[in-house]
Amino acid sequence: MAEPVIQVEGVEKRFVVRVKRGLLRRERREVAAVDGIGFEIERGTIVGYLGPNGAGKSTTVKMLTGILVPSGGRIRVAGLDPSRRRVELARRIGVVFGQRSQLWWDLPLRDSFDLLRHIYRVPAARHRENLDRFTDVLALAPFLDTPVRQLSLGQRMRGELTAALLHDPEIVFLDEPTIGLDVVAKAAVRDFLGEVNRERGVTVLLTTHDLADIERLCSRLLIIDHGHLIWDGGLDELRRQHGPERTLVVDLEEAAPPLELPGARVVKVEGPRQWLAFRRDETSAAELIAAVAAQARLLDVAIEETEIEEIVRRIYAAGVAPRAT
Amino acid sequence: MAELGRIYLRLIGARARSQLEYRASLALQIVGSALLTLLDFVMILVLFENVPELDGWSVQEVALLYGIAGISFALTDLIVGHLDLFPQMIRDGTFDQILVRPLPSLLQVIASDFSLRRIGKVLQGVAVLTVALAAADIDWTLGRAVMVPLAIVSGVLIYTGVWIALATIAFWIVDAIEFVNAFTYGGNFLSAYPITIFGRWLRNLVLFVIPIAFVAYFPALYILDRPDELGLPDGLRYASPFVAVLTVLVARVVWENAVRHYRSAGG
Amino acid sequence: MRLDWELARRGYRRYAAYPGATAAGLFTNVFFGLLIAYILLAVYDQRTDVGGYDVGDALAYVWLAQGLLAVVASYGPSWSELALRVRTGDVATDLYRPVDLQRALFAQDVGRAGYQALWRAAPQFLLGAALFDITVPTDVLRWLAFGVSVCIAIAVSFAIRFLVNLTAFWLLDYRGPMMLALTVTHLFSGLIVPLAFFPEPFGDLLRALPFAAMLQTPIDIWVGEPLGGSTAGALVLQAAWALALVLAGRLALAAGTRKLVVQGG
Repeated sequence: MAEPVIQVEGVEKRFVVRVKRGLLRRERREVAAVDGIGFEIERGTIVGYLGPNGAGKSTTVKMLTGILVPSGGRIRVAGLDPSRRRVELARRIGVVFGQRSQLWWDLPLRDSFDLLRHIYRVPAARHRENLDRFTDVLALAPFLDTPVRQLSLGQRMRGELTAALLHDPEIVFLDEPTIGLDVVAKAAVRDFLGEVNRERGVTVLLTTHDLADIERLCSRLLIIDHGHLIWDGGLDELRRQHGPERTLVVDLEEAAPPLELPGARVVKVEGPRQWLAFRRDETSAAELIAAVAAQARLLDVAIEETEIEEIVRRIYAAGVAPRAT
Repeated sequence: MAELGRIYLRLIGARARSQLEYRASLALQIVGSALLTLLDFVMILVLFENVPELDGWSVQEVALLYGIAGISFALTDLIVGHLDLFPQMIRDGTFDQILVRPLPSLLQVIASDFSLRRIGKVLQGVAVLTVALAAADIDWTLGRAVMVPLAIVSGVLIYTGVWIALATIAFWIVDAIEFVNAFTYGGNFLSAYPITIFGRWLRNLVLFVIPIAFVAYFPALYILDRPDELGLPDGLRYASPFVAVLTVLVARVVWENAVRHYRSAGG
Repeated sequence: MRLDWELARRGYRRYAAYPGATAAGLFTNVFFGLLIAYILLAVYDQRTDVGGYDVGDALAYVWLAQGLLAVVASYGPSWSELALRVRTGDVATDLYRPVDLQRALFAQDVGRAGYQALWRAAPQFLLGAALFDITVPTDVLRWLAFGVSVCIAIAVSFAIRFLVNLTAFWLLDYRGPMMLALTVTHLFSGLIVPLAFFPEPFGDLLRALPFAAMLQTPIDIWVGEPLGGSTAGALVLQAAWALALVLAGRLALAAGTRKLVVQGG
């Protein structure tokens, strides 16, 4: 087994909030944003970190990067205690907060990279080598000399990723790196991350709302809710445990009322197209298709696995999911 | 240390370059800020239209206080004036970004801006001080000549330390930065007058707690060879550089401790 | 009228949302008030009367001026908010609304002023009155005249800020004019030092200008030293300035709008 590069043991973060009670009375209450979580991440893996808003995702990432001091527990990132040795750690990690920029608003992208080179003390030759490589892979060349404020969101995100990786970090933390991007830009970002991980062995912790990011990139998934880790395991296991339902999409010759079939139920009707949910342990797709064909004239069929999004929605709704082993 | 100095210059150089893109606008702002700051001196002149002296200080002597305090404060404003926007850096997450970079957070906050328009304030201070030094009755010695620049440097360090230490309040109460203004802008306003005219508690505040009495008042006692009417030890008139270093050290400790209490925005 | 009321409430609430900022601002004003009070006391060590102000009048000036400066917005975002919208072109959407822009902004500004009067000026003044021996009128009419004068001062202040903001239609830079306007209004409104302290005939001239109508006029009325000795006369002059400046604002807005339409922003 490879060495763990991130170790988290019983970590907590409590905030004191003041709650209004009546006109003047205010009550101090402690809220646990992160309530005793633990996991290890091996070097060179890409792990997806998921959770609804306010679940404790950002708080965890902020503790891992040394921004916040944990209220309890133990964290080691690249062998360092992040909050105590923040500056030292900063040299070895890269961070992208999707909704904020680490680039200089008024300066051309190239100048931002140059300032970062000095901040991270990267040797000039290594900097050039990395920048050439990233310029190539991310197609930065057309806008390297454009001030950041004039870049499109997709261009800026490519700049942000480059900025986070120019100093050869061992680990990168990405918070919503594809938020607001169009399909093409999203694909470019994902391809790039996959490549960086394969080529350089960079460990990636990816926080996202976009489950397609996770399907494309992550072998392992952590799900946090209400400050507790409620899932730690692979994507396939998650699907097996929580997504036994599949969907058969049938295109009929003409619009019809929802079909009535044993072992399946219609979840959606759109003109002549109907979506039928069924459990794989109750009926097979072949049986179902035959049953549909017996009732109506069938033009086309397709089978959809349960969307990972649907699974995650269900897990959030249920609160706690059984932990994979 | 030299390394940090170089990176500081590089960072503010980048800020200054982008401001120089709009030269006409910058020039107007420099003039504007010089005039606006000069108002405090106009107040002094108007007061002296009605009285020959204030608590035994002539207009030339008060102008000397104003000049030293004004230049120190203007330079401080140039270096750390954007601490006024520090709460905003906390609110919009910029400070998170700062914390994941391999440089001291304080250095990065200080280097995050450098408003060239504030040079106007420095210029008006230099103008007033020049006139005051020429007009005041000073028995020049080497020591007194050295004290003028030394007092300004000490003043910058004292104001900077006070500003940084007070700005840390934003780690707890984000929208209370104007509270800091009372002591920064207010402190500068106060430094232009002999501290003997203020009530005892105010004097004690600027002597022992927020040591702005050491920016202009004590150096001026030395430069003008005036007796101290408060009956304090005579050595205090030479103490500004030591007080300055102490203030900066205390400010650093306060800052480092405050950062550990940082809560970040949005949890 | 209903809309004006709603807008004023919004103006009030916008400031009420930041009680921390109010407390901090109050603290700063009190601190400055103390400093200026001590400085003026040092002047009155040698004089009993400056331009008609005795020491009690001067101390009343300090606490009224420090309190009113928030009410008439001697500083603050309202000096450049509209200018910024002109700069970005957002003002076009304001102009298409079926309400008069100047009137709508004035309604909001009245709400803002109300908030500042209640939570900044009043506590500030009470504290000053408790700490120092200041002049307080005993005559009901004078209180009334002071109240009317403060209301007119808010209108004058609004009209001046409106005009300064509108310079953004013609000038590329809005910060330069704003700083210049701040300098002039601070000095000539009596915020820095009572206009009565200026040497004659300067003092009287300044007290007749519209800037004095922002701040100095109500204070002069409070301490019983209105320009020319007549409270009614001072109020009429102040109201005339308010009217003239509001009209100037309307003309400037019309001209700016024409420019916007012709040049397409």
